[in-house]
Amino acid sequence: MKDMVSIGIFVLAIGTATLFIDSGVTLNFILMALYATLLAQAWNMLGGFGGQFSFGHALFFGSGAYVQAMAQLQGGINAWVALPLAIGCAALVGAFVGALAFRYGLKGSYFALITLAFAEVFRILALSLPFTGAGVGLMLPLRAAASNLQFGSARGYVLLMLGFVALALGVTAWLRHSRFGAQLQAVRDNEDAARALGIDPLRTKLGACVLSAAFMGAAGAFYVQVFQYIDPSIAFGPTTSVEALLGAIVGGMGTLWGPVLGALALHVLSDLTRNLFGNLPGINMVIYGVVLVVIVMFMPRGIAGIGRSVRSLWQGGRRG
Amino acid sequence: MLDFDILFPSLLNGLTTGAVYALVALGLTLIYGVLHIINFAHGASLMLALYGVYLLNTRLGWDPYLALPLMVAGMFAMGYALQRVVINRASHGKDENILLVTLGLAIVMENLALLAFSADTRSIDTPYTLRTVPIGPAMIALPKLIAFGGALAVAGSLLWIVKRTDLGRAIRAVAKEKQGAKLMGIDVEHVYAMSFGIGLACLGAAACFLLPAYYVNPQVGSGFVLVAFTIVVLGGMGSFSGALLGGLLIGVVESIGGLLLGDSLGQVGIYLIFIAVLLLRPQGLFGDRA
Repeated sequence: MKDMVSIGIFVLAIGTATLFIDSGVTLNFILMALYATLLAQAWNMLGGFGGQFSFGHALFFGSGAYVQAMAQLQGGINAWVALPLAIGCAALVGAFVGALAFRYGLKGSYFALITLAFAEVFRILALSLPFTGAGVGLMLPLRAAASNLQFGSARGYVLLMLGFVALALGVTAWLRHSRFGAQLQAVRDNEDAARALGIDPLRTKLGACVLSAAFMGAAGAFYVQVFQYIDPSIAFGPTTSVEALLGAIVGGMGTLWGPVLGALALHVLSDLTRNLFGNLPGINMVIYGVVLVVIVMFMPRGIAGIGRSVRSLWQGGRRG
Repeated sequence: MLDFDILFPSLLNGLTTGAVYALVALGLTLIYGVLHIINFAHGASLMLALYGVYLLNTRLGWDPYLALPLMVAGMFAMGYALQRVVINRASHGKDENILLVTLGLAIVMENLALLAFSADTRSIDTPYTLRTVPIGPAMIALPKLIAFGGALAVAGSLLWIVKRTDLGRAIRAVAKEKQGAKLMGIDVEHVYAMSFGIGLACLGAAACFLLPAYYVNPQVGSGFVLVAFTIVVLGGMGSFSGALLGGLLIGVVESIGGLLLGDSLGQVGIYLIFIAVLLLRPQGLFGDRA
């Protein structure tokens, strides 16, 4: 309940702020921060709550993006109809990969490897097949109208994105408090013990994988609508996979607000880097890599972990 | 129809590539066998080594094969330091952390290379780059033949180190039973760092053999990294002979797959093998069920 109230406040605050902000730069900042939040929160569902570290989450992102683009370009389907289709297909890919991996008991580094391999297979397929536009990629024609899911200004996209983020936060809150979420966390902490209590580890991990994939697919579809372009390395390359896992890890895995904080922190950081160094190729990823190493070395529980330590100190102080 | 005259050169080519793959995979499997971690920075480290050879050749005019001792020593030192200073400290005793740290290192290395050398693909020019040697109906590039021999020689000396020296015995002891090894007075941290160093030293050697017939760009490692993982998984995690055989096998599969399906789809073949082996025989073709 407390979570739902805080999510409501978060959404209302950003939503009303968006209505009053006219600066394109600020709106774009909010938009990309929300987008990074969605990626991080999607990874968090499987990685944070399920303990399954995927290194190839771009697989689901790219699937959603390509379905969204192909449905419109080759199927002539309206973008609003394509959206659930894209999300559904990404969830299906999640179900397929998850079922394969978990059915055969792959975990830890093996799971990270197989997601990476699948993302790479999809990238090469997208590069080689004619209907994905091969290396050239797919370009969506500009037809700015709300009915085409193409908004004239960033404001429309921000509100849409806010909707997705709110949904992702709602699902995460549900993972924290529901029976399914408790089972998932039990499997993460000790699979054998969870099985002994009658939990089906395959079913819970698969459920988390499908949820996570669906939100990644939504982010992919959204990417296509905003940038009107997708190619194999944007869709299935490592950048999105890294961005998703980094946001969740920097913020704090298995928490509700950690990935939000993490995504925001990374986004601010990458903006700062761009201001400091200009558009040097790769500098952003260098900083991301260093942040990943430093966070794992010194703050393994992420930003949310600091909050928790401070709170327990405070409570400890009051009790003593 | 494919006849022998087309298939045979492709087979030989596959074997020569496979030997270098095996060398890369041997380093990976040594690190896995001892530290039980998957080094995601393996491909990026190979890329750095390739740039090392490239710089020595273009700036100082060193022949890539003469650069071998320096590259092996340099990569060993880098590996030893990385394990001691970064990876070991970041692990906090959890494997997931090592996974993430090596991923972070790979990202840093690849993008530093991008910053320093830009995304251009570079290669070096040696007097023997274009020389070929006839073997039966096939013409094999001389650098590839040298790479084949060299990779097997390095693999042989690695096996000798692991099987016959005191360091090798310590490495195997730590791999089998860490606590026991510690009680016998083995410095486990030192053995870990030595293993990581030797694993990267293999990459230094591989880079020297690769570059005369190959190229380097900041992304080149990621092509090798999944191939090396495939070989290691195929051969059984931590098994040396498995890595050697797996490397040759994958080299041949890639070469013949490329012949039949075209280069980019031939690559898919490797990943499909990888996924299939992970699912069906995660202990590897030659490994025992754990």
